[in-house]
Order: sequence, then C-alpha cells, then structure tokens
Amino acid sequence: MTRAKTLHFLQNYAVLILIALLVAALTLLSDSFLTGRNLLNILNQNAPLAIMASAMTLVIIVGGFDLSVGAIFAMGSVTSAWLAVNVNPFLGLALAPFVGLALGYANGIAITALRVHSFLATIATALIFKGIAVALSDGRLISARIDDFTWLGRGKFLGVFNSVWVMVLFALVLTFLLTRTTFGRKLFAVGGNEEAAILSGIRTNRVKIAAFAIAGFAAGLASIITTSRVALGQATAGDGMELQAIAAVILGGTSIYGGQGAVWRSLAGVFLLALVNNGFNILGIDPFFRDLTMGLIILAAVGISALGQRR
Amino acid sequence: MSTDALLSVRGIGVRFGDVEVLSGVDLDIRPGEIHGLIGENGAGKSTLGKVLGGYYRATSGKITVSGQLQSSWDTPAALANGVAIMHQELQLVPALTVAQNVFLGLEENFNGILRGTEAARLETLMQQSGLRLDPNARTSSLTIAEQQKIEILRALARQSRVIVMDEPTASLSKSEIDQLHRIMRNLRDEGRSVIYVTHFLNDILEVTDRITVLRNGEKVHTRDTAGETRETLVSAMLGGEKMDTLYPPKNRDHGEVVLSVRDLISPNGTQVDRLEIRAGEIVGLAGLVGAGRSEIARAIIGADPSTGTVEVAGRVLTRRSIADATEAGIVMVPEDRRGQGLVMSLPVRANISLPHLRALSSGGVMAKARERALALGLIKQLDVRPAIIDGDVSNYSGGNQQKVLIGKWLAGDPRVLILDEPSRGVDVGARETIHREIGRLAGQGVAILVISSEIEEVLGLATRVFLVDRGRLVDEIDPDRVSEAQVLAALFNHQGMGDAAE
Ligand SMILES: Nc1ncnc2c1ncn2[C@@H]1O[C@H](COP(=O)(O)OP(=O)(O)OP(=O)(O)O)[C@@H](O)[C@H]1O
Ligand SMILES: [Mg+2]
Repeated sequence: MTRAKTLHFLQNYAVLILIALLVAALTLLSDSFLTGRNLLNILNQNAPLAIMASAMTLVIIVGGFDLSVGAIFAMGSVTSAWLAVNVNPFLGLALAPFVGLALGYANGIAITALRVHSFLATIATALIFKGIAVALSDGRLISARIDDFTWLGRGKFLGVFNSVWVMVLFALVLTFLLTRTTFGRKLFAVGGNEEAAILSGIRTNRVKIAAFAIAGFAAGLASIITTSRVALGQATAGDGMELQAIAAVILGGTSIYGGQGAVWRSLAGVFLLALVNNGFNILGIDPFFRDLTMGLIILAAVGISALGQRR
Repeated sequence: MSTDALLSVRGIGVRFGDVEVLSGVDLDIRPGEIHGLIGENGAGKSTLGKVLGGYYRATSGKITVSGQLQSSWDTPAALANGVAIMHQELQLVPALTVAQNVFLGLEENFNGILRGTEAARLETLMQQSGLRLDPNARTSSLTIAEQQKIEILRALARQSRVIVMDEPTASLSKSEIDQLHRIMRNLRDEGRSVIYVTHFLNDILEVTDRITVLRNGEKVHTRDTAGETRETLVSAMLGGEKMDTLYPPKNRDHGEVVLSVRDLISPNGTQVDRLEIRAGEIVGLAGLVGAGRSEIARAIIGADPSTGTVEVAGRVLTRRSIADATEAGIVMVPEDRRGQGLVMSLPVRANISLPHLRALSSGGVMAKARERALALGLIKQLDVRPAIIDGDVSNYSGGNQQKVLIGKWLAGDPRVLILDEPSRGVDVGARETIHREIGRLAGQGVAILVISSEIEEVLGLATRVFLVDRGRLVDEIDPDRVSEAQVLAALFNHQGMGDAAE
C-alpha cells in the first residue's frame, strides 16, 4: 500500500481500528471481557441507542439534527406502558413505534413548513413531546409487569436477546435504504447540495420529512425495547439519548455537515463508547478516569480521521 | 535569464495519491509582464497556480523569488512575497458584503477593533480600476459575474507583485473583459506581473507578452506572444494539428410550440411578455452582465417566485416549483456549477444520475448496472477526464466538472432545455463537443434556450436571439445577419436608453 492509500484507509476506518485496539487491550487485561455473556450483554444494553443512532445517521446525512428523539422515546415509553396496562400489551408494543413515526413526521413538517433549522425546531418539539409525555403519565411511573409485554426486552431468540435481533434487522433495513434505493441517493444529494438537488427535480422537503419520520419511528422502536425490559413506562426515559446518538454518529465518521456517512459507522460509534464503559466496569477503575479516557478516545478517533485531510 | 525573474520555479512536480498532476515544470515570471498560461482541461493550470499561491505544496521542485530560494512556501509566505491568486472556483464568504470580502484579512483596525472603513476604501479601489459594484451588497445575492469582479478587486487590494488570475473572465461579458484587460495592462506598466489562465485564445493573443503552454502536467514551452497564432497555440496544447472549431449546422426544421411563456413577472426585475420556443428550435438570450438573463431562466423553471403563465406542450403549469417543471419536461443547466450544479460529496456517477433516478430504478431500488452504463456512456461521449465512473468530482478540474454538469442533463429526454453558460471554463475541444450535443438535442426536437455571456456563442448556436436588458426582451435579431459587434452596440444602446429613461 502506498502512503496515500494507508492514510485513506486510516481515515476511513478510524473507529474500527480503535474498536479493535480496545478489544485487544481489554482481552489482555481481563478474563471476563472476551466471553459470550459479556459481549452479548454489551449488545443488548446498547441496542436501543444503536437503533436511534442508525436512524439519526439519515437525519445528519440529509443535513439536519434531531434533538427530539429523546422526547419521542419518552412518549413511546409512556404510551406503550399505558396501552399495555389499560388496553392490550401487544397493542402497546405495536403502536409505540408508530406514535414515534407520527411525531417524527410532525418534526419534518415543522422544519419544512416553517423553514427553520432542524436544530432549533427539534429543541422546541422536544419540549412539547416531553410535556405531553409528562401529562399523559401524570408524572408517575407506569408499571407494566405483564409477561405479554416484557417478552420483547427480556426474551431471547436462538440464544440471542430479541433486542439484538431487532437492532440488526433495523440497521440492515436502513443500510439498504441508504445505499440501494433512490430515497437513499436523494438523502445524500439533499445533504450534499440542496440547491443542486432542487434543480435536479428532487422534492427535497419530502426527503427531509421522511428522514425525520424514520428517526421518530426508531425512537419509538427503541423505547419499546427498553420499556418492556424494565417493565416501566416513564416520561424521564430517554433523557439525553439524543445527544448520545448524535455523538455516536459523528464519532463513527459521518460528516456533521451532511452529504456523507453510513449506518455501520454509527453502530461502530455506539459500540466504541460502550466498550470503554464496559472496560471500566469490569476492571473496576475510578470513574474519574472514565471521562478522561472517553475524551481521549474521541479525540483519537477524530484525529485519525483528520490525518489524510491536509490540503 | 532566471536572475532577472521576479518569481521563478524549477522542476515543479505535484502528485495527488498515485496521480502525477504536474511534473518537471519550469517557469519564470518577469517583472512587468502579462504571462499567459494555457492548456486543455485538466492540463494542470489551476494546480500550478495554486502551487505558486502556496495553496498546494509541490511534491518536488524549487521556488525562487527575486533570486532568493524559498525554503518553505505556503499561503502566508506567498502573500508576504507579493504573490496572490484569484481562484477559478470563487472563494468568497457569502454572508459578508462586497467590501468586507474584498478587504478580508486586510481590515483597518485599532488594536483589533474594526474601523469599518472597507466601503470607503473600496470606493477608491473601484475608481482606480473602473469596476463597479455596490460595496454594501451581500455577496450571496450577487451573480457569478459580479462575484468574479469581487475576486478581481480582492487581488488588486492586496497590492501584489504577481497576481495569478485563474479563468477570471469565464462569465464576464465583452465590455468587462476589456476592462479587466485594461487593468492588467496598468498593473504591468506599474511593474507588476499577471499570470493569466484562460481558454479564450484571442484574449491571450491580445494582452499577453509571453505564453506558457501546459499539456498533461508538463510544460510544452514558453514563447513570446508576438510569434503565435490561434493555430500554433491549439496545436501546442493538443500536441498535434487541429482545425479551429465551427458550430454545428443549425436545425431549421421546427415543430410545434413547446415552451410558451406569457407575462412572466418576478420581483427581481424579470418582465417577459411573450416568449415561445418550438420543438427543435434554439433560442438565445444575449445581454450585458447583470441584464437579468439568468433570472429569466430561473423564473421560467420556478426557481424564483414569479407570476404569469408557463405552458409546456400546450399544458399550463399550475404549480410552479422546480419539481413540477422537471416533471413537465423543463430542465435547466445552472451557471454556478459549485453552488447549484454538482453535489461535490457524491461521485461522478451519482451526479450524472441525479435527475434520472426514476428511470434508473425499479420499485425505488437503484438499478446499479444501468446507472453505471449511463455514466460511462456520458463520460466517454464528453471525454471527461479522468474517466472514472466513481471519480471524486470535487477534485476534477473546472472544465471537467463542467462536462459532468452538462452530461447530467444530456442523459434524460427533456422537452425544454435551458442552458446557462454551457461552456463555462471548458477547452476548445470540449466546447465543440458540448455544442455538437446541443445541436443533436435540437435535431431530436428539444426546445432549447441558451444563455451565454459570449455573444459569439449565442449567435453561433441559436436561430433566434433576443437581446435582454433589465429583465426584459428588448429586441429580437436574426443571428445569421448580425455581427457580434452590432449586437454589442445594440446592447449598449439599450442600456443607455434605459439609463436615460430612469
Ligand atoms: N485535490 C486534488 N486531488 C486529486 N486530483 C486533483 C486534485 N486537484 C486537481 N486534481 C487533478 O489534477 C489534474 C489537473 O487539474 P487542474 O485543475 O490543474 O486542471 P486545469 O488545467 O486547471 O483544467 P481546467 O481548464 O479544466 O480548469 C486534473 O486531472 C484533476 O483531476
Ligand atoms: Mg483550472
């Protein structure tokens, strides 16, 4: 490989390289790291965030940010638990993602109709969604200890948690959408140069609305996994997840300016951060070092991917 | 020889990854000369300019300024040594005013506190140069030609000893080109030097003292302009004999009216009472810069809001958005290839297929093979270099980006094609190819509207030409009976009458 190719490789696969290094280091440092149980647990615990980050990738590629997915998650949590207790557990699970879809769609409409940047619009809608979730739950926890409800978050299929299957399937579907369909191509075009996309006859507003609707759906989907796992619906669920999702997407190497990125990158971003956390837990190190290390690792990832970008 | 040179380079080589873009280039710029730099699209002119300006670091070679060998050469070093560059792709801050852009980095300040004198200083600069712009206009609201003037003023403001001008006239009209040439001569008489990159060989022959020809990243030669002709320059650029280009034969077999525009009025000054284009007909719009030609096009396609009716093949467009216009069969190749034309983050293939996604997919899933075949065909047809389907379009030379932009629209089968500066920045050969393709589409019955700041191009392509002044079609002329000079005179005449009426 020439120098240029090496740089390009490093730049492209910075997160994967860091993950590999981290896995190697943790395997050497602790016997309990490289066990099927531990790895499955990491996947299981981070599946909801990974689902949200996957969909956030689309929003960021199209040139937006969605700061309301945490609040949509809260809405999903409250509505699914409420429906499970008062109507039907299966209905609760089935409906919450579509509540998310509707809220995401509303986000898209607000952004395109009012022509405000999504950053601002979704700060506003987040407050509204959160307010509704608090009102619906009356500020209380909704306990839903029903087997027909908790199977999703607690059960396994072929020895692997259901949540992991859902995550893998969802990420695959989004990858297909992004890389193989005209919709995916439009996302990249709108995020890369909206004027050019408009002049190419693309209805850019529809494309943006669809991206936000998918992000909303993902937040609803993520919320039923968590809610059914803890058997508890609450309006504070999902707090801060929007920022974690965005951080993971960017850390994975998707361009913050839009127009470039991939779903696998966001998954890699989620699990890079998850591995650091896991490492500190199994090694039992002072949490002070956790933040420090987390910061250093993020800088390393950003540094490696900036290597090849000299002019 | 090199001792009396102001700026001289030896053995300059530049490689990007595995591609050698320049190799072994020697160049001496004397004080007080206008030095032409020519070559085909992708020959390496802009790259050489960027090396001189310190934007790119040469992989090999030496740079000497006034006999002093430079150990490190970057943008600050170049500016400190009096070397400035005007980029081919405009590099302005859209949100700043004209004056702020011109004096960017040169603002007068008192311990870092801005004194806000830019507008006044610009006034002086404009008086000296004869270029006029509103100092307080926001840059993003200006046309490409006006932005190009900002770049020129910016280079002048830097008081540089050597100014590299990379295709500064690509969208200027004749009178402004003359003005720029006057400015160049004044600079030369003050002992400064200009490196002039352009594809307009007549301009090169008219103003330069010496000419350097590049071919495939290597220098062919530097010679005195006095001994050169268009023919010698073309054959040096191409490395063989080549006849000067002619326009394709005009299609005079016109069908039904395809595009019909009535009472089109937009807030930015467009007022077109009536414009009809028949199938197979090429109509041209000629005007001075700022006459509002692009605005007419943008109003027709729905890019800017407007009132009035636009009819395509007898059907009135009820909703006036670009997407609806595109569905009805009107497409536009915009003049600003970076801002409105290409998506720089997508490869060549995806840029070409962007307007044709529906045709290149089934059930919403992209048909990869068909997409690649389409892109490959157009790359071959237009001789895009490098001819890589998944090439990174943002690294392509200006002319090759233009070819991709044109190719993007050739692929479909539009009913109405609007071309705004179709041959902006392309070399002699590519220009001929683009003209041939325009002629072929007309032959197939497409109604075509061509806008160009080169009057000669409009006259050469169109069978009917309208003169445009202040957003109106003020006159219709027969391009076969009128000369370029007459059109120009008429345009100035209209402008003068308009001024008098106001
Ligand atoms: N940053 C870059 N990375 C990779 N290749 C590049 C880069 N910049 C330029 N090139 C390549 O270098 C070659 C020369 O480009 P350059 O822009 O110097 O051509 P040019 O002579 O100015 O052409 P034009 O007349 O079209 O403006 C082209 O093939 C281009 O694709
Ligand atoms: Mg160039």
